[in-house]
Amino acid sequence: MKHLLDFQAWSKGSLENILETAKVMADVLERPVKKVPALQGYTICTAFFENSTRTRLSFELAARRMSADVITFNSATSSTAKGESLQDTIATLEQMKIDCFIVRHEASGAAHSVNKFSKAKIINAGDGRRAHPTQALLDAYTLLQRFGSLEGLEVAIVGDVRHSRVARSNAELLPKLGAKVRLCAPATLLPKELEGDGVSTTTSLEEAVSGADAVMALRLQLERMNTGYIPSLEEYRSLYQINAKTIQLAKETAIVMHPGPMNRDLEIEGELADSSKSVILEQVKNGVPVRMAVLYHLLVGKG
Amino acid sequence: MRNAEFKARLLEPDDIRRAITRIAHEIIERNKGAQNLAIVGVHTRGIPLAARIAQKIVELEGVKVPSGKLDITLYRDDLSEVGLQPIVRQTEVPFDISSRRIVMVDDVFYTGRTARAGLDALIDLGRPSSIQLAVLIDRGHRELPIRADYVGKNIPTSRQELVKVKLLETDGEDAVELYELRGEVLG
Repeated sequence: MKHLLDFQAWSKGSLENILETAKVMADVLERPVKKVPALQGYTICTAFFENSTRTRLSFELAARRMSADVITFNSATSSTAKGESLQDTIATLEQMKIDCFIVRHEASGAAHSVNKFSKAKIINAGDGRRAHPTQALLDAYTLLQRFGSLEGLEVAIVGDVRHSRVARSNAELLPKLGAKVRLCAPATLLPKELEGDGVSTTTSLEEAVSGADAVMALRLQLERMNTGYIPSLEEYRSLYQINAKTIQLAKETAIVMHPGPMNRDLEIEGELADSSKSVILEQVKNGVPVRMAVLYHLLVGKG
Repeated sequence: MRNAEFKARLLEPDDIRRAITRIAHEIIERNKGAQNLAIVGVHTRGIPLAARIAQKIVELEGVKVPSGKLDITLYRDDLSEVGLQPIVRQTEVPFDISSRRIVMVDDVFYTGRTARAGLDALIDLGRPSSIQLAVLIDRGHRELPIRADYVGKNIPTSRQELVKVKLLETDGEDAVELYELRGEVLG
């Protein structure tokens, strides 16, 4: 594959191959020498037009663990702050012989548009509310680690689905791998058009969580709170918080997930996030081997 | 097989069995026993060969020899020859290789690039006291200054030919066959 923008062009087989490779990468990270020469000579640029320290660090570490050279473009401290366009910025960076751009942008479709004016490979590290494919892949990997297979798993994703690229990418990826996704949010935050093969929607938390194998809480974006989507934080908390009580509706073996950063005791109860049911820190840990696998496949594969 | 025409059968099952027995004897002789020895096979067919050699050494010496699996994909320098989607397999070396004598096993010894990658992969796992190389077939055409310590059989070939090792564990039968490649030859 040339790019990872979303999962549209990706077959189940290629996605499973990436997850298999991620297992090998995870082994590499457990060794005394946590580095392989697989991407020696490649140059990777993280081009972040929107702040995200964790995702950027995870990508940069993944690239370095495979011996690639990494440069970082951060719009907050650069010329885009002076008004340079995305196109000009990428065109400028491209002159420095970049093999792969990792793009984070607040506009949906930004990573696709980079494709139009760059010959490099592109990984979407989050574009607006549209997609965040490596987050979904690390979620799938985390599920795989816990359950051995995604076939038939019921995954509830609860929270601000409307504004969530994580929810969209998971709703695209998990059904391809055999899981079923239940999206759950207040009606104002639940776009019905996301319903489809293996994806259902509901405004009832009880319905979403009952019998689920995994429950993922989405970050409630507090900056949106004055826009009328939610009457009050208190109401949201009482109706949609994932806590010790709601998780009892799920299977006994159910795990609790969160893409981070979380608002403790808002969308998720702090104590539950720290409990043995929680795989939130595993998700962060799994980000590195999954991104190593993605980089390796894109840069070395010919498909 | 794609673009390759069968030419000859080079080794029969008995030949392979004898070659492995001889290699096992040579390993024991060179290392003055099997103490502190470990056998590591390179994916794919080096793995069953390594297991067979380890088994033979147990029979001969009564000493258990640990064996492991090495995938060298992440260490290759000839990635231009990787297919559409790279397949990376697990490296399983469930013992500390430090201070051990390691015998690395592969089926066909050709340019030496796999062996070079295998050396790097092994050294990243620890610091063995020595690494030796055992191969079932040495077909020549080395591109790097590497030689094998133990060779099942030397088979002079042309670059236009392909040597195919088949093993019971991976291919359902034991045999070594020679093919003639047609069309463009890489490398």
